[in-house]
Amino acid sequence: MTEMSYLDGNMLDGPMRELFTVDLSTAMGRCENCGMTGSMASLHVYSHAPGLVARCPSCESVMVRLVRAPDRAWLDMRGVTYLQVPMPMEQTLPEPL
Amino acid sequence: MGIVSPGFSGRPRSQEPALPPGQYLTEDFPVLSAGPTPRVSLDTWEFVISAENGTEYRWSWQELMALPQETPMVDIHCVTHWSKLGTTWQGVSLDTLLDGVDTGAHFALAHSYGGYTTNLPLDDLRGGRAWVAHTFDGAPLPAEHGGPARLLVPHLYFWKSAKWVRGIRLKTMDEPGFWETAGYHDYGDPWREQRYQGD
Repeated sequence: MTEMSYLDGNMLDGPMRELFTVDLSTAMGRCENCGMTGSMASLHVYSHAPGLVARCPSCESVMVRLVRAPDRAWLDMRGVTYLQVPMPMEQTLPEPL
Repeated sequence: MGIVSPGFSGRPRSQEPALPPGQYLTEDFPVLSAGPTPRVSLDTWEFVISAENGTEYRWSWQELMALPQETPMVDIHCVTHWSKLGTTWQGVSLDTLLDGVDTGAHFALAHSYGGYTTNLPLDDLRGGRAWVAHTFDGAPLPAEHGGPARLLVPHLYFWKSAKWVRGIRLKTMDEPGFWETAGYHDYGDPWREQRYQGD
């Protein structure tokens, strides 16, 4: 028997693109349990399961669960306090004359 | 391409009548896990049934092994589409463990070392249909498959057979567990193909 291994959070990027246009691998997330903030790419993803389970690399709490039925998907991110997503610089409008 | 790669791939839908719809036969015993494998010492292992009135019924490993043992041979069906027929186990029937537990609850929430949970109607743990199993195929249940002990409820999809089981909370209200709060069916009858909510 071998220990169950996990993948890094980069593997979430493709699946999440079915739901969002954000590149998740460049996003930062805060663990709801321990407060650690880090790259979503650093999560530990268990994929030999009925769904994807992404855990905090620090405390192993579940941060993201993604279940895919043939015609539906469920995303549970209750373990993520927030996502910080890089955005294009906001254009400043010129001051009115 | 789907967003979840199935844990294991295999032959497509089988026509074999011994299998529930949408299942294929496997001779292996695939390992599925939603997290790191807990390593539980038999010295500290315990199984607890918590009644809805707060009363707790506890068994140490030695106490569990001193109870009458059964050796069910059962078919198991995983929601990821594999089925394994004629598996042999040894364990203690939930009928034995629930005997003497004073409860009017209709629901159960199994919980595990490592934090996993799954819910079942209490009736499904009775009637010689559920066990706390510690031996598989004549050998101690490996940690990867839920050892020291796992719940064994083979008439429901195998996610209901909680690995590393630590206890059962008896409840007056149904409380969905780990997969049941993420889209999976509340009951999970493989013969009715109750995989996802609404199936």
